[in-house]
Amino acid sequence: MQNPQLTDDGELKHLLSIEGLPKRILNQILDTAESFVGVAEREVKKVPLLRGKTVCNLFFENSTRTRTTFEIAAKRLSADVITLNVSTSSQSKGETILDTIDNLTAMHADMFVVRHAQSGAAHMIAKHVAPHISVINAGDGSHAHPTQGLLDVFTIRKYKPDMHNLRVAIVGDVLHSRVARSEIHALTTLGVPEVRVIAPKTLLPQDVEKLGVHVYHDMNEGLKDVDVVMMLRLQNERMTSAMLPSAQEYFKTYGLTAEKLAEAKHDAIVMHPGPMNRGVEIDSAVADGTQSVILPQVTYGIAVRMAVMSILAGN
Amino acid sequence: MNLPNAETLFETLAERIKPLIKANTAVVGIHSGGAWLAERLLPILGKDQGGEDLAHGILDVSFYRDDFNERGLHSETKPSHIPFDVQDKHILLIDDVFYTGRTIRAAMNELFDYGRPASITLAVLVNRGGRELPIAPQISAFDTELPDTQNLQLLRHENGTFYFTLEENT
Repeated sequence: MQNPQLTDDGELKHLLSIEGLPKRILNQILDTAESFVGVAEREVKKVPLLRGKTVCNLFFENSTRTRTTFEIAAKRLSADVITLNVSTSSQSKGETILDTIDNLTAMHADMFVVRHAQSGAAHMIAKHVAPHISVINAGDGSHAHPTQGLLDVFTIRKYKPDMHNLRVAIVGDVLHSRVARSEIHALTTLGVPEVRVIAPKTLLPQDVEKLGVHVYHDMNEGLKDVDVVMMLRLQNERMTSAMLPSAQEYFKTYGLTAEKLAEAKHDAIVMHPGPMNRGVEIDSAVADGTQSVILPQVTYGIAVRMAVMSILAGN
Repeated sequence: MNLPNAETLFETLAERIKPLIKANTAVVGIHSGGAWLAERLLPILGKDQGGEDLAHGILDVSFYRDDFNERGLHSETKPSHIPFDVQDKHILLIDDVFYTGRTIRAAMNELFDYGRPASITLAVLVNRGGRELPIAPQISAFDTELPDTQNLQLLRHENGTFYFTLEENT
């Protein structure tokens, strides 16, 4: 079956998931993002690519960082941007998602950025929209968060350009994390030879090895000699569902402290997609330490989202 | 048409540009041919100024092109790099082949997003005719009229020397 994200001639039409995208397209996005990084440092932080286009951010689920960076990205491309927090609008009056989409299309929207608690929501919208419209998945359930995965690999490439010679560890709640899934697909597609996941059994999907990762349950073992440590957010609601004893207990075993980080290479970088739970999955001293690239991740996120939007709008 | 010798034209271009260099001049090459030319012009122009520290940069105009809606983004976009303050500089803009003028329009739009230059002077290796905008180079090493069915391109050997190719558009 043809990948629903691609046009007939294999170019990117929607960005729904990194899974199934060829290396060529991932590199095209990352290389284009490289050109957008400098735009933020100029007197006029804007380019005219999406002038006259309307981008609709549809957030059916809360978000601050992702929503804001998508909004800034679209504005720096000169698009008109409308952000709808749908949980507070007509959906609560009973309108279906597709009716909302049709109404926004009638207002001449050109691109939808969609976050939804339901896996597959962005796919459904992409199948429904008119051919000139592109859809970007900004997080669907526990399925995918492709732009986060892309900005993470972009950040890695910035600090560790030789992707073919890296050991990367992803730590924490892999089971519920759409970020982890997108990161794993991006890293393996780009040829990173060793991707590890470190987590308790209860927070790992059953067939996680099938994604091409090495599984560790012990932090000290798993972090040994890695170049990159990618922490995941521990969602508070998981704590109560009897998957974990307590936040303190989790921090003791899986929280990233300076002591555990010392197992990694001395120049290893530390990443986190945010929002961070300080003292749960990461110690403040590490989050704010010299090896942390957590804030550069946010900055690069804008350039990566500009790249995705401009490639989609051009295809 | 016999293709002109690109290396001879390069020398002519350098000679014609030299008198224009003054304090506060910055050289900007348009990716990719213009950037190659600027790279080789810099040591020649800088030397006459008693130093090599002529401000310089590279523009890739992909984000400013007027055909984005028809053709999308060029797959090999390179970062623009303007590491000096554009404000009040005399910009010497370098490109290889001047044709419709649309690339130069895009380049000027991009430059103004970095600041307000004191002036912009356009110097090209070849003006091949066919302009579509009220934009023209002040300096060119060679003027000709090519039919719009033909595509004149500057290329670079591994040793850094230049040559032209002329192809029929497909």
